[in-house]
Amino acid sequence: MRDYLIRFSQSHETFRLPEIQALALIEGIDMKVISYSLDSPFCIVNLPSEAAARRLIQRSILAMSIHELWGSGADLSAVHAAVHESTTHLWPQYLSCSFKFTIDSYQGSRAADDKVRIINSFAYLGFAGPIVMRRPDEEFILFEDWEFNSTPLGIPDPKHYYFGRYLATGARDLPKKLDLKKRRYISTTSMDAELALVTANIALAAPGKIMYDPFVGTGSFPIACAQFGAVAFGSDIDGRSIRGDEKKRTLRGNFQQYGLLAGLGGMFTADLTNSPIRRAGLRYDGDGVKGRLFDGIVCDPPYGVREGLRVLGVRDPEKSPWVIPKGKEMYKDPDFIPPRKPYGFLAMLDDILHFSAQTLVDNGRLSFWMPTANDEQQEVPVPTHPYLEVVAVCTQVFNKWSRRLITYRRIPDAEVDQEAMKAREEMKPVGKTVDELNPFRKAYFNGFEPVGGTADDDAP
Amino acid sequence: MKVLTLNFLTCAVKTCKASSDSFPLHPKDAELVSDDVELNPQLLVNLLPRIDWNALRTTSTELGFPQLPEQPPTPEELQADEKLLKDLHTLLMETQMNEGKLVCGHCSHEYAVREGIANFLLPSHLV
Repeated sequence: MRDYLIRFSQSHETFRLPEIQALALIEGIDMKVISYSLDSPFCIVNLPSEAAARRLIQRSILAMSIHELWGSGADLSAVHAAVHESTTHLWPQYLSCSFKFTIDSYQGSRAADDKVRIINSFAYLGFAGPIVMRRPDEEFILFEDWEFNSTPLGIPDPKHYYFGRYLATGARDLPKKLDLKKRRYISTTSMDAELALVTANIALAAPGKIMYDPFVGTGSFPIACAQFGAVAFGSDIDGRSIRGDEKKRTLRGNFQQYGLLAGLGGMFTADLTNSPIRRAGLRYDGDGVKGRLFDGIVCDPPYGVREGLRVLGVRDPEKSPWVIPKGKEMYKDPDFIPPRKPYGFLAMLDDILHFSAQTLVDNGRLSFWMPTANDEQQEVPVPTHPYLEVVAVCTQVFNKWSRRLITYRRIPDAEVDQEAMKAREEMKPVGKTVDELNPFRKAYFNGFEPVGGTADDDAP
Repeated sequence: MKVLTLNFLTCAVKTCKASSDSFPLHPKDAELVSDDVELNPQLLVNLLPRIDWNALRTTSTELGFPQLPEQPPTPEELQADEKLLKDLHTLLMETQMNEGKLVCGHCSHEYAVREGIANFLLPSHLV
């Protein structure tokens, strides 16, 4: 076991640790996080081996690179002392290889002669091999963590240094490969490639695994899952999104574009509240696999803002009594489109949780996106279910609202709190109009006005 | 729609869920096509405990494939048996139902399959 330095990208900060922890789980690597902060791109982890470090990072979207950590400290002399103390036995291995020595300054910069002076202060390492700027055998990097805005503030030195030997880069090129701008077929709500891949990582998509997206749209999540070797299933209440134009621009066409057809499971038109997926009732003594179909469920359910949130059914059977008999008459017509009614966002989330509890294998994960207001008073709480344990809550902040990626683990039946399950059965949310059903939508169209302010409580 | 998918799907009508006749759905006027997919033994072994073997035997016979053994193999048996791996791969992953109908054995509701995509939306009187 020794320490390694992960250089993260300083974006989607709250997603970084859940992603790398998920990757450690997928690779079966015993990883301890030694130091990590949302404000810094540098993270120190303890890993069993160099090979484990390379495996850990190979499919990470948010980690840029991983390094064997030789020393760190608040100033250069501390770094030199640490390097002397812990790595003298390593130096002889690098006496004759070609190498390159660079400085990576985060939020700061150095003049060229300053850099040379700092690099030369490492001369005691005694590397005598040729210096090669392109594809050297080894690359040594001194990372500097500067205070924010350090150049205009005239701050002379970084607050922390890390020195290490480069090992491997993450999969930062994958978001480019799956870039929505170059994808043949997308819609207004397609998830961007980077976050879809991060979602697939956090949901533990991996070779041989079975994943499912109940709001598949044009297939962003299944594509990301397939990219990592899983076989992905999907459904959508609107079959047109799967079919596309039935020629080149289809969901299947997207899989084809990326050469991922082997990861395309089955796609079908269905409503989550009347799902055809085979499942058994929840119990307290299952074996963890039998009767359950999926290793992971990933989705971005409709919020009811940019697209309506509807399920099968008639909104007001008393006001429109003709709808049901007409449907009875017409439903065998191939062009018949069944009526839909507005549905509650929270009810839908609850249905997703319950469905996941029924269909995920033990330790399988559910990762879904949900929006919430930034104002604490209007925040939508994280939904819960006795069969699911919250693993991570990651947040992407916009101006007045945020969306969160919430990840759960299906716990084994034996660990479920049976009392909580009984209490849950007794509560069911009710409501009829779109606003009653969807507090987030209501807050969104009221401009996130504080509760009790000018917001119109009787909006239809 | 892959034969594997058929093994995951039952009738969407809620009152049918309790009946054993609602699963598997029965293919009718099925037009089959075959996709060329690379054999993935790891996937098949992972799938094995999730497959309802009796239902798969029924579907396989109804689609005109040779009879599957009465009992499912154990993961070890499956891994060691190259022919069975190949056969299951062809049946589950490569064979696709492109057009036709899926019929519930309990309520006789027919779900249309068009261009490999089945439609499980229900009219209001069945919701």
